[in-house]
Amino acid sequence: MIRALLATLVLAGPALAADRIVSVGGAVTEIVVALGEGERLVARDTTSTFPPAVRELPDIGYARRLSPEGVLSVDPDMILAEDGAGPPETVDLLRAAAIPFVEVPDGHDRNAVLAKIAAVAAALGVPDKGAALAADVGAALDAATGQAARGPHPRVMFVMSVQGGRILAAGRNTAADGIIRLAGGENAVAEFEGYKPLTDEAVTRAAPEVILMMAREGAEDMSDQVLSHPAIRTTPAAVARALVQMDGLYLLGFGPRTAQAVRDLSDALARAGS
Amino acid sequence: MVAISPDTAAAWDRAGHARRTTVLLALVLLTVAACGLTTGAAGTSPWTVLADLLAGREVALADRVVLFEIRLPRLAMGALVGASLAVSGAVMQGLFRNPLADPGLVGVSAGAGLGAISAIVLGGFWPAGLAAALGYYAVPVAAFLGGWASTLVLYGIATRRGRTSVATMLLGGIALGALAGALSGILVYMADDAQLRDLTFWGLGSLAGATWAKLAAAAPLMALALLCAPMLARGLNGLALGEAAAFHIGIPVQRLKTVAILTVAGATGAAVAVSGGIGFIGIVVPHLLRLATGPDHRYLLVNAALLGAALLILADVIARIVIAPAELPIGIVTAVLGGPVFLWILLRRRGVLDL
Repeated sequence: MIRALLATLVLAGPALAADRIVSVGGAVTEIVVALGEGERLVARDTTSTFPPAVRELPDIGYARRLSPEGVLSVDPDMILAEDGAGPPETVDLLRAAAIPFVEVPDGHDRNAVLAKIAAVAAALGVPDKGAALAADVGAALDAATGQAARGPHPRVMFVMSVQGGRILAAGRNTAADGIIRLAGGENAVAEFEGYKPLTDEAVTRAAPEVILMMAREGAEDMSDQVLSHPAIRTTPAAVARALVQMDGLYLLGFGPRTAQAVRDLSDALARAGS
Repeated sequence: MVAISPDTAAAWDRAGHARRTTVLLALVLLTVAACGLTTGAAGTSPWTVLADLLAGREVALADRVVLFEIRLPRLAMGALVGASLAVSGAVMQGLFRNPLADPGLVGVSAGAGLGAISAIVLGGFWPAGLAAALGYYAVPVAAFLGGWASTLVLYGIATRRGRTSVATMLLGGIALGALAGALSGILVYMADDAQLRDLTFWGLGSLAGATWAKLAAAAPLMALALLCAPMLARGLNGLALGEAAAFHIGIPVQRLKTVAILTVAGATGAAVAVSGGIGFIGIVVPHLLRLATGPDHRYLLVNAALLGAALLILADVIARIVIAPAELPIGIVTAVLGGPVFLWILLRRRGVLDL
């Protein structure tokens, strides 16, 4: 009861003068910086890696395992967090310490990006800047998806990892599925939701024309290993050597750079298909 | 492991040594506890806060929360969980007369793990009313029920005509563990990305979620089990001679087994429920103490409680300052500290331990 009341107060009260903000979630941090409010950040979570300047900020750890004392130690006056940040015990303690905890909704389509921008801008008390950024991003997204719609529509399989020869692919309701659709592609794996290991036969049957992967900084290039995987070798993608690698946060973050990511991906799909 | 030494003078010496160790360990525990209150990512000093409170001055809300809502429950939880795991380990090793026994043998860990995984993965399918009532206690409650359920099943399997076979329990524990592992595997397959991360972190243990409410629920069980444990000491000493011999010197072997298993299930079940999987305390602490002060359970159990509590608080302090403001899972710290120490002891005492 008291907790609910407190939550309502926190949600209702506009954060007017918050200028020591902890940002949790890669896209949330990008939006704060894109709104020109990066100066107000005092700490970030592990997934907030862009723009490079935010890496200088103290890292409070993984978004779903925040340590209450760690967060309090940077003396924040607002926590701005992506959906699912926690654990709830920590969120409760932060609320008990009278620090507003604002959750930013998540999603994997055009409107979700705009909703994130609006939520962050509202929490920062800069709705006008938010509206301007949302208009820009919305227009760029429409242009990028419009162009993508006129391009090719290949079957794309997003491969999260190839641990021990097992292919972990993205099904429906994932960020990867969202970005593939926006870029005009068709997710070759539509049988399940989330990220699951695929059997070799299922990979062959999915017959992707393009393989999409995350580029891991500092890691060796996996493309040869993936394309020569026994199951993938039989697919049209391997025959055409159509493998696209993009930075994980850029590709799957659904933040202000998503329009550019859609454009890059659809260009890459067009190149790979030709 | 001989409980009654033929050399009376040496035995007397040993008892004195064990008692001095108890005093020393109590002092260590107090020191480490003071560390636990004073160190952390936030710069809050408990002495300043205390002085301010006594003088009637205003204390900053953040400082009050750090001290009274974060560090204090964490400290109490660390002490109880550490003591519970160490004492449970000592009791299991005495009961099974096996130096490698740990609370996992009575099925608590496997069952608790399955319970926790079910709550994390299937939480969305629970009736809305139940889910709302449990809130974030769903995982601890499920872990506790899972731990108890598997212990009771195992106890039932191993008990025939009022007699519990320790060997059957050991084998049954392996079978039950494999079964729980398989069921957990199915749930892991169904889990989504975020749930998988939650599962991994649960398995590594943490005291970060310690709240007064969780403590109020788990502390009575752990405290009760810790109070029961010393009463088992004489029986466990007798059991070291073998079950038949223990029976003939007048030890109620069956009752001893029942109480020991319930004690371990209560203490470990509650500890695992609130802190996840924390390894090594249950094995390393009793071994260290047996090497230092001998196998007499009258001292071993008390000392294990003190050392277990001190070690876990120390591990928690390390976990929360090493990469501050982020935090390491405590299971990583206990394993990194405990593994090499354990190996070192084994190498040095290979002949004496004769495993």
